[in-house]
Amino acid sequence: MLIRTTISAIHILAFGLVPTSIFSPAGTPAHSIFDLSMFVFAITGTIFLVVAGLLLYALIRYRNQPGHTGREPTQIYGSNQIEVSWTVIPILIVVVLFLTSARVIFTTQAAPKPKKALDVVVIGHQFWWEFRYPKLGIVTANELHVPVSDPLHPTPTYLTMSSADTDHSFWVPRLAGKTDVIPNKVNVMWIDPATPGLYLGQCAQYCGTQHALMLIRVYADSPSDFAAWVARQKMPAVESADAAEGEAVFQRNACINCHTVAGTVATGRFGPDLTHLASRDTIASGALPNTEENLRGWVDNPDHYKPGALMPPMHLNQHDLDAVTKYLTTLR
Amino acid sequence: MATQTPVSPVADRTTALRPSGRMLEVLHEWVTTVDHKKIGLMYIAYALVFMLIAGVQALLMRIQLAVPNNHFVSPQEFNRLFTMHGTTMVFFVGMPILFGFGNYLVPLMIGARDMAFPRLNAFSFWIAGFGGLLLYFSYFAGSGLYAAGTAPDVGWFAYAPLTARAFSPGHSTDYWTLGVLLSGIGTIGTALNIVTTTICMRCPGMKMSRMPLLVWLYFVTCCMVFVAVSPLTAAQIMLMIDRYLGGHFFDTQAGGSAVLWMHFFWIFGHPEVYILVLPAFGFANEIIPVFSRKAIFGYPAMVGATVGIGFISLSVWAHHMFSVGLGPGANAFFTFATMVISVPTGIKIFNWLATLWGGNIHFTTSMMFAVGFLFQFLIAGLTGIMLSVAPFDWQLTGSYFVVAHFHYVLVGAILFMIFSAFYYWFPKMSGRVLVEKLGKWHFWLFLIGFHLTFDFMHIPGMLGMPRRIYTYEADRGWAMWNMIISSGAVLQAIAILIFVYNMVWSYFKGPVAGPDPWDAWTLEWTTTSPPPAYNFAVLPTVESRRPLWDLKHPEDPDSNYE
Ligand code: HEC
Ligand SMILES: [Cu+2]
Repeated sequence: MLIRTTISAIHILAFGLVPTSIFSPAGTPAHSIFDLSMFVFAITGTIFLVVAGLLLYALIRYRNQPGHTGREPTQIYGSNQIEVSWTVIPILIVVVLFLTSARVIFTTQAAPKPKKALDVVVIGHQFWWEFRYPKLGIVTANELHVPVSDPLHPTPTYLTMSSADTDHSFWVPRLAGKTDVIPNKVNVMWIDPATPGLYLGQCAQYCGTQHALMLIRVYADSPSDFAAWVARQKMPAVESADAAEGEAVFQRNACINCHTVAGTVATGRFGPDLTHLASRDTIASGALPNTEENLRGWVDNPDHYKPGALMPPMHLNQHDLDAVTKYLTTLR
Repeated sequence: MATQTPVSPVADRTTALRPSGRMLEVLHEWVTTVDHKKIGLMYIAYALVFMLIAGVQALLMRIQLAVPNNHFVSPQEFNRLFTMHGTTMVFFVGMPILFGFGNYLVPLMIGARDMAFPRLNAFSFWIAGFGGLLLYFSYFAGSGLYAAGTAPDVGWFAYAPLTARAFSPGHSTDYWTLGVLLSGIGTIGTALNIVTTTICMRCPGMKMSRMPLLVWLYFVTCCMVFVAVSPLTAAQIMLMIDRYLGGHFFDTQAGGSAVLWMHFFWIFGHPEVYILVLPAFGFANEIIPVFSRKAIFGYPAMVGATVGIGFISLSVWAHHMFSVGLGPGANAFFTFATMVISVPTGIKIFNWLATLWGGNIHFTTSMMFAVGFLFQFLIAGLTGIMLSVAPFDWQLTGSYFVVAHFHYVLVGAILFMIFSAFYYWFPKMSGRVLVEKLGKWHFWLFLIGFHLTFDFMHIPGMLGMPRRIYTYEADRGWAMWNMIISSGAVLQAIAILIFVYNMVWSYFKGPVAGPDPWDAWTLEWTTTSPPPAYNFAVLPTVESRRPLWDLKHPEDPDSNYE
């Protein structure tokens, strides 16, 4: 405990409050990796000090000094005892390192799944994330909501992942190591944040032009907050009279071929589900804050914010643009 | 003890034909040459040109990343930059420069007059060279000759299905495939040549157990080339079948496997690291003893460790795939195999340390680069151990930590040793010594630049910065580190310019070298600098690992101890 506090104090001093540091773990997998990494640092650090120290000593002690006679030093061709010792000691270190690593590999990847675990299906897309909660009937994008997991009664979230196009990788450093999201392959990982909060991450496998702006936001909600979020997401899309014109524009255009708004004719799956768009803090996979101005700009020309994104500029006139933006902001 | 000293030019049949300096004839002579030394020099020159190009690409990337939310290059351009930088540095700088030295040195060091297959040698060089040109031709023709060109942007390991036609329309990916394929064919040809030369062309008395370690290292490297480069070549052909003949090996949209490509690529890619680093070890094995004035410590262990590394390196590839979801069993296996490789590698470091111990160390520029290599390779090895710990790797893989780690190997170890080799063998190749004063400037600037860039690069990786992103948010706390990293890159660039200047200046005006400027011990130093065509008028005969030591110390020859 003391060691952990010291390390985190040093960490804050050295790096500030970095939201994505692997050294401020906030979930079980990240914690066990952190502990293991400290052990590995200790061993490799010691090896470094010993070997580099010897090297430095040899370089200084045996440097050619002015006034040297020019006679060659004694030639030594080898020594079996010494060579055996520096073969055996590394072998022992390797065995220790391997056993400690293997333990963490198995406790993380072969851990039994608790009954109360939440299931989420993660689908990587060029350049955004789709999150589906099959048992709750929720579909959302880019912002993953999970309940906090009390260590005594764990309610981890199991992510079942695959890709709709190229390879991606799901990485939220404070919660867990990364797991690749690969087409035609299903991978599973789990996270269990213990304290409520927002955890940031991003795609960590090069997936195309906008790999850099394929960000991830994980919201760990308290049980009551999570229940409230679920209740709201399960409701059908809000219909409001003053957005009717915008809705008509939306449905007249190709928007509906790519986007879903539950309960309407919009059933496209190429882009993010927009049913509860206004409940999200960001758009375009975390690239922009979800404000009316950004929404308007985005629909007008996504390339301006995220060059290479797969949503085409829709070339709406100013009037329609305003109407659609208005409609989007009502989708709570 | 009849080691042969300089050769009369009578044996040099080409002298009579040598053109009287007319440009075209000189050009003709180089283009048609089958002389291993000329081919070696062409490999090196070719690699240096590409090194400058890929270096500029690195600089552009570092400008882009120096500050958050930068718009210096577009995302598309950035993705092309890192693809071309990586591909160029591995296939068209690293491989040719090492094969250049190998071509030049292996026959000289085993007392042979040329490679076993001189024509195959020329073919291999030209085909690999053509591969590089083809890759760069994509800048003009990547979208087909009718449209503007673009370079490939799939990354140097070109993961499927990004290379499928659905995601990579146009021809840029094809130029990448063909360029790498041709370079692979050239590589296999040269490897075959070096292996045959080593087995068949050694001079009288040079048993395998008396070969200079450099030759051993090249021998093992080239054996690995057969096993490692062939899968890559096969994968490139499969990719072309996918793209043009309706195959579905890697085409995930038709049931193909993205993971299959990863296996193919890393079965090549990991041994490739050792293919690049073993020759660098070879340079260290020659240079460190000479400037410590001591025989290499533990020759048999060095050979054993090399062969060991060669074999083990074939069973570690999936440590590049710890996050792919291969399951805990596979992750544990590859963790173990990867850690095991640190044992023979450790043996090498300890043997170099023991070689220095009790020596009389001369800090020439060449030796200083070799010393830099020792420290940096130590660190690279230790970060490698961190990455071999699969759970730790789940955090570090795909991040800037990995980029820092492998640049520590490729630049901190391999490139430092290549510089060391330049300072050491340039006199043999050109007849003139590189100016030491410029060399020291080159060394110190490069050293500082290197550490600014690559030491600090580990940090953003651990703070969550993935590789291959063209920009990043300001609130992540990565900005300061990236600024430091980029400033180091500038220092390295200046150092390289000094080095290039030094080579040009010294070639014309440097101090004359004579046959043996370092008071060294291997056969290449018995010939004139540069050596005549066909190297040795009379083949030398050797009785130990250090024939020139025996010659210089007849009262206490090595042959008494081996
Ligand atoms: C060709 C398919 C396509 C069409 C047509 C399309 N979009 Fe999109 N849209 C996308 C994709 C793909 C994204 C995700 C882009 C990204 O983040 O990289 C997206 C993202 C969005 C987002 C941000 C969602 C979020 O949570 O990040 C909004 C809002 C949006 N589109 C609105 C519209 C509107 C309004 C229209 C019609 C005027 C429209 N889209 C037409 C494909 C499309
Ligand atoms: Cu991605």
